[in-house]
Amino acid sequence: MSAISETAATPVAFLRTQTRWRGIETVFWLATLLPFYLFPDYLQLASQIAITALFALSLDLILGYAGIVSLGHAAFFGTAAYTTALFSKFVWGEPLTGLIVGTAAAALLGYASSFVIARFRHLTLIMITLGLGVLLQETANSASWLTGGSDGFQGMNVWPLLGRFDWDLYGYTAYSYSLIVLFVVFLAARRLIHSPFGLALRGIRENPVRMPAIGAASRVHIRTVYTIAAAMAGVAGALIAQTTQAVALDSLSFERSADLLVMVVLGGAGRLYGGLVGAIIFLVARDQFSGIAPQYWYFWIGLLLVVVVIFLPNGILGGLSQITARWRRS
Amino acid sequence: MLPPVFGVLFDGIAYGMLLFILSVGLSVTLGLMNFVNLAHCAFAMLGGYVTVLLMKQFGWPFFGTLPMAFFIAAAVSVVFERGLYRRLYRRSDLDQVLLTIGIAFISVAAVAYFFGTSQQPLQLPAYLRHSFNVLGINIATYRLILVCVGAVITVLLVGALEFTRFGAQVRAAVDNQRMASGLGINVERTFAFTFALGSGLAGLGGALAIELVGLDPNFAFSFLIYVLIVVSVGGLGSIGGSLAAAILIGVSDIAGKYYVPQLGAFLIYLVMLAVLMWRPTGLFGKR
Repeated sequence: MSAISETAATPVAFLRTQTRWRGIETVFWLATLLPFYLFPDYLQLASQIAITALFALSLDLILGYAGIVSLGHAAFFGTAAYTTALFSKFVWGEPLTGLIVGTAAAALLGYASSFVIARFRHLTLIMITLGLGVLLQETANSASWLTGGSDGFQGMNVWPLLGRFDWDLYGYTAYSYSLIVLFVVFLAARRLIHSPFGLALRGIRENPVRMPAIGAASRVHIRTVYTIAAAMAGVAGALIAQTTQAVALDSLSFERSADLLVMVVLGGAGRLYGGLVGAIIFLVARDQFSGIAPQYWYFWIGLLLVVVVIFLPNGILGGLSQITARWRRS
Repeated sequence: MLPPVFGVLFDGIAYGMLLFILSVGLSVTLGLMNFVNLAHCAFAMLGGYVTVLLMKQFGWPFFGTLPMAFFIAAAVSVVFERGLYRRLYRRSDLDQVLLTIGIAFISVAAVAYFFGTSQQPLQLPAYLRHSFNVLGINIATYRLILVCVGAVITVLLVGALEFTRFGAQVRAAVDNQRMASGLGINVERTFAFTFALGSGLAGLGGALAIELVGLDPNFAFSFLIYVLIVVSVGGLGSIGGSLAAAILIGVSDIAGKYYVPQLGAFLIYLVMLAVLMWRPTGLFGKR
């Protein structure tokens, strides 16, 4: 990583240089406002992208920083989506409380499963996350009296946001809401990874054997970050349920977890913006190529994966920062 | 007369043998090189399509196509191994997972392009479609053959691994790769051979699987999960472990679908989670 080479006198000073806002970041966040003016017909898509970017950010936190490869991250997304939907149907439809309830459900599930996750690594870990995800999806499928099964959830009732903003057909409210939540959660994640805790996570990723040897409580760190990531995935799940007013079984599916992994790696794992950029590229491309049959769409995804892994090991953002670093030196 | 539970047991074992043939190659290559090859079932699918093509277009007999399924899958896999996989041996498992899943995606699309997305029909010769009665259990000839093929492959593999020079090299490389190469074993070549053998077996498994589970472009993914379950439950690099795990998974899948249909497909995931909680490295795994 290029940032490490900027040697700082003390750890505190090092973290402080990392937390400083860069100009390009401001540009990025200002650019997220562009869809309101440039593509007002695509705000629904923009809202989907913002939510998926949030979901990708949550995976990046455990994948890119703590080195936990998960193929079952959709479990938290789907749990929160269903919880939010049920809450709006049986309790009340106020969106912000629904968001909190959904997030809490995902965080609870994440905390419970983190005790299992922290014990394993490598292939066993991948298989455990996959197994838990499939089990949860099958449970939701067989509990069709509650979830609607493969027909999708029926009867969601979401009240206007803050009692004032209706969920319009164009997605003004949906995109504003998703974007604000994304930004708030992003700030929290940014603060988290530039804290001593974030450094400890990177240590676990780089050398999981050494960290306990130097006295770091690795398992506790892994449990904490896994719970946080689950809660963040839950925020995304609750948002998707509220903005689309629908939940389907595929919100828990293996394909969703796998697509998410592709987005994070495409953008660049272990970089805050990697998941965001990956989600934007992936979803815009899928929207543009929606005319071609899905089996051929996956041909391009496959080819992209092979090319990225062979030529851009750190994703698109990693490749870009390499180019800019070379350009600066010359 | 035997109770029907033996019939279910027999079907489960036959299914388990199929899983074993499909997964043993992945288990050995994972144990040997720590290389996570998620395109393994794409090679199995290739074997299946070789059999279908040879039988339909060229009128080959079913048993004649099986060696071709083996050799073509092995040959193609070695091209991939030398061309792409070799570059990633020292990279993280995530990179390996992504590269091979990318190859699997491409293979699915390519097969859909050339053969269409529908199920491939396969007309087995009449003598394979018979079934007969032993002590009140209905035994299908084809499943009996599957069990025999699985048993023969186990004996051959264990024999080759335990009693030949090549087998000794493979075992040495699995146990300690650096030490083995220090002793003059060409680990890369050993791996290429093992990889071809494993993928060839997968191709054979793909050809044998058509009768039981059908063949369509999704085979590369639908069976991948079963194969990964077998490998992680059995333990990496262990042939006996793969056999035990494959039979365990096969029997619990068939028995689960027969006796507790409401649990349906997810009994095997429960079995996998239970085994991995109890032994994180699998039944016979060392690492």
